[in-house]
Amino acid sequence: MTRISLTVDGAAVSDDVEPRMLLVQYLRERLGKTGTVIGCDTSNCGACTVHLDGTSVKSCNVLAVQADGGEVTTIEGLAQDGQLHPVQEAFRECHGLQCGFCTPGMIMQSVDLLKENPKPSEEEIRLGLEGNLCRCTGYHNIVRAVQHASGQGVTS
Amino acid sequence: MIPAQFDYVAPTSVEDALAALAEHGDDAKIIAGGQSLLPVLRMRLNAPEIVIDLGRIDSLRGVRDDGDAIVIGAMTPHSVVGADPLVNEHALLIARAVEHLADAQVRHRGTFGGALAHADPAGDLGAPVRALGASFVIQGAGGTRTVSADDFFVDLFETAIGDDEILTAVRVPKHTGWGAHYEKFVRVAHQWPIVAVAATVRVEGGAIAEARIGLTNMGSTPLRATAVEAALAGQPATEDAVRAAAAHAAERTSPPSDLNGDADYRRHLATVITRRAVLAAAGG
Repeated sequence: MTRISLTVDGAAVSDDVEPRMLLVQYLRERLGKTGTVIGCDTSNCGACTVHLDGTSVKSCNVLAVQADGGEVTTIEGLAQDGQLHPVQEAFRECHGLQCGFCTPGMIMQSVDLLKENPKPSEEEIRLGLEGNLCRCTGYHNIVRAVQHASGQGVTS
Repeated sequence: MIPAQFDYVAPTSVEDALAALAEHGDDAKIIAGGQSLLPVLRMRLNAPEIVIDLGRIDSLRGVRDDGDAIVIGAMTPHSVVGADPLVNEHALLIARAVEHLADAQVRHRGTFGGALAHADPAGDLGAPVRALGASFVIQGAGGTRTVSADDFFVDLFETAIGDDEILTAVRVPKHTGWGAHYEKFVRVAHQWPIVAVAATVRVEGGAIAEARIGLTNMGSTPLRATAVEAALAGQPATEDAVRAAAAHAAERTSPPSDLNGDADYRRHLATVITRRAVLAAAGG
């Protein structure tokens, strides 16, 4: 067992974990943060995307011990004071989801994308979300949601 | 899927990492960013007894100017390499290849040295690094040695790094002002390339004065298309001239056959992709 201490959604946490424990397991099984989902389990689909030290990562492809000392933000940490994050609001407004399973990862990656590129073109949005798969193939409204969140016109 | 159990150490210096490696030998596996290793461990294709994490060694991160070359620390994440001003000024080909590597999340976490040490022949960094004539700085108990890109890649997933050594940096000769393009042919988004071509050219007065071409997934290691390079030298950067030179792209290659295409298909693809890459690199 290895002792880890990190910050998750603003709260300091500390636990003994097996080195093989994945960050996504730690979030879900130890901290009960089930908002972050496991999709493909092969690091392809991006459903488990969280932010680690300010950038997006696939939490099924990071060991919990690698996050020791770090700062993690999950989908559950985006809303502040009961107010949805603007990207969450945009996904609701544009109905950027169908079954909803990919949505936590899509939103976390979209937040990261807009931080690096506040006014992305449609192509840049599609490339920026390349690592996130929607098994309903509902990409159009997801792209519209990101356009909306960035304050730009939405593709009809 | 969860990896088999392993012990874990996260040394804060290369010396301590080498000591751990010496102690555990074959039972140890080094983890850099883990973007290739963790899927392997999860599928239990490998089950080391101990994982040595280089993520806490600050000296392995960053890009620095070293006169006629830039030096990229092995643990520098792809996203940092791609955005680095020195890389963009002096080794644009690497920045162009990084843009197409995997996806944003993997680029945040995966590292330059980790991907090269993994030596997947379909990996996107081997071809540009070979094309640019980079050299690899490898540290062991006895000190540091430097291996040329031509000698670094030995075979599928096999490099010149010894069992008791660690790749610490990659030294890339400056190619300031050279045009560059990485053309990648994939079936679906963020996949490994079926074939990709890394091209960088120095254009003088509308002609290609010098060209350096690397091929991805055209053999068990990244390759250099020297016949194309020779044929391009002194040629005008026109479609016809580049097409004629690019016809040599598949010479001395041994591409794999798989579900994405057989070897002959890849040989043909290499000539087409090389033409596109060179024309784009030359700004045409």
